[in-house]
Amino acid sequence: MDLINNLSLGFGVAFTFQNLIYAFIGCLLGTLIGVLPGIGPVATIAMLLPATYALPPIAALIMLAGIYYGAQYGGSTTAILVNLPGESSSVVTVIDGYQMARKGRAGPALAAAGMGSFFAGCVGTLILAAFAAPLTEVAFKFGPAEYFSLMILGLIGAVVLASGSLLKAVGMIVLGLLMGLIGTDVNSGVARYSFDIPELTDGIGFITIAMGVFGYGEIIANLAKTEDKREVFTGKVTGLFPTKEDFRNMIPAILRGTALGSMLGILPGGGALLSAFAAYTIEKKTKLRPGEVPFGQGNIRGVAAPESANNAGSQTSFIPLLTLGIPPNAVMALMVGAMTIHNIQPGPQVMTSNPELFWGLIASMWIGNAMLIILNLPLIGIWIKLLTVPYRWLFPAIILFCAIGVYSTNNNTFDIWMVGAFGVIGYTFIKLGMEPAPLLLGFILGPMMEENLRRALLLSRGDWSVFVTRGLSASLLAAAAVLLIIVLLPSVKSKREEAFVED
Amino acid sequence: MKIKSQKDFFSGLLYTLVGAAFAYGATSYNIGTGARMGPGYFPLLLGSILAVIGAIILFKSLVVETPTGDQVGSWAWKPLFFVIAGNLLFGILLGGLPSIKFPAMGLIVAIYGTTLIVSMAGDTFKIKEVLILATILSVMSYLAFILLLKLQFPVWPTFISG
Repeated sequence: MDLINNLSLGFGVAFTFQNLIYAFIGCLLGTLIGVLPGIGPVATIAMLLPATYALPPIAALIMLAGIYYGAQYGGSTTAILVNLPGESSSVVTVIDGYQMARKGRAGPALAAAGMGSFFAGCVGTLILAAFAAPLTEVAFKFGPAEYFSLMILGLIGAVVLASGSLLKAVGMIVLGLLMGLIGTDVNSGVARYSFDIPELTDGIGFITIAMGVFGYGEIIANLAKTEDKREVFTGKVTGLFPTKEDFRNMIPAILRGTALGSMLGILPGGGALLSAFAAYTIEKKTKLRPGEVPFGQGNIRGVAAPESANNAGSQTSFIPLLTLGIPPNAVMALMVGAMTIHNIQPGPQVMTSNPELFWGLIASMWIGNAMLIILNLPLIGIWIKLLTVPYRWLFPAIILFCAIGVYSTNNNTFDIWMVGAFGVIGYTFIKLGMEPAPLLLGFILGPMMEENLRRALLLSRGDWSVFVTRGLSASLLAAAAVLLIIVLLPSVKSKREEAFVED
Repeated sequence: MKIKSQKDFFSGLLYTLVGAAFAYGATSYNIGTGARMGPGYFPLLLGSILAVIGAIILFKSLVVETPTGDQVGSWAWKPLFFVIAGNLLFGILLGGLPSIKFPAMGLIVAIYGTTLIVSMAGDTFKIKEVLILATILSVMSYLAFILLLKLQFPVWPTFISG
């Protein structure tokens, strides 16, 4: 069996002592930063990315995958204990998770989130391993026109499913695409929009954007709230383990969440947020067993299902990245950046040219998940302590680490000026209700889109109809159009807006 | 004319201006044709799209009624200023400013300076606490970045280390 062979190759790579250590450090650091209120996985990865520069590529990616899972798990911990979703995908976890914590059942809630995530992660990894090879075959059939249409679909998917105002989000994408074009044009060698600043001819570093907009912007917005708005759970967490009754309730919820998340994660732009919302909605629709706590008052299924779905979704969202080279969301956009720094061009060729890396990464995802459950359940006490550290000590440290990280990217102070500028821009975005995640996605895809558009039009001698006359490309564009139409339907529109009000 | 949604009004304005600026900038590069795209082709296209999107948002913000008026609200000038100032100070202290012959002071001085300034962004500021925090951060950064990760940083001021 190919799958077994491939996986054993992967585990062979990942199960070296050194790589296990990196996976462990990644999970630890990721949870450590992710648990801080108001810092989601994007900011966490951006902040910790420079720490992986010195490592060999495989180790760096393994560590990053660990950071990603850690950050997500840390986010759920904060959601349950502090009633503050660290990221948009744990918004629904907050509803029942925090109620459980208030009733002194924070332990079972955290355990349910951890076990659900672990199970979902295992399934997601298997799906990823099984689908990666056939999908890569498809990817080789893709011409520039198909790639361009796929990116359109991905970008539309990202805003349709994961943002408030649709038009504003599309604007953010276009803005991101434009910012991605700053720097030297690969075809003509013209330095575009660089204003004769030598550093700008290399383009804007995506880390400066990610850290400035997500890190600084969020911190400034957090500081603007007064202290008492941040209610911190200080009660003791006792009785970590869920009861038999809890297990009876949560196991079907975990299974449903995992199935849903795995499917939705593969869709471009679907990923974690949508799967979490959908899973919670389904749980709410199923009948309560006699004696079960209603939803919204601390039902364990309300924690287990969305957490499993969100982890399965984030696992399978690696599929479009690894097979097609197209990041489906902002976190994956960061992963593309990280791969490029290590001289790996993500895409279908990675699997053939670099099988150790490809399968090693997939195996390390499973290890990362396992690491999380080993690490987090015993360490929950420490994470809770961390939450009681006053914010006034945390934010200077975060700012400082951002600045150090940005500087270490190029050893150039110019990047520090840039991250400051993007901090101001990021805060402006927050004030004006503009979602920054699509911007980052557009920024990464900008140069790729231009290149594929150029090639497609070159081959068709300037005829734009190439995008609709080629079957595959036309169906991708049709899918994008259908997505847009569905969202613009009045009934869906009002539901969708309702869902994002909770943000 | 009354603004119905302040947030949308300003974001629309922002998109329109930035889009127009990119499109205008693109005209100074070779545009080319579809079959032979010049460096200005794609930015001109995107800049125009952004400007149009901005104009639509702007128009809607003036016409479509919102229940609350979507106020932008007051700006948190204090955190904004101190966070950004602390960040800039870090760069200046770490690498120096050759244009005004300000010498590089190195990582440790930069950490103390940044922690001091950034801490002023919060509600409470206790100098003793901040100094302890800066010391802890210095030691941690030195161990993590210099000893462990071996990043190439100027650690001490240039007039000491030479």
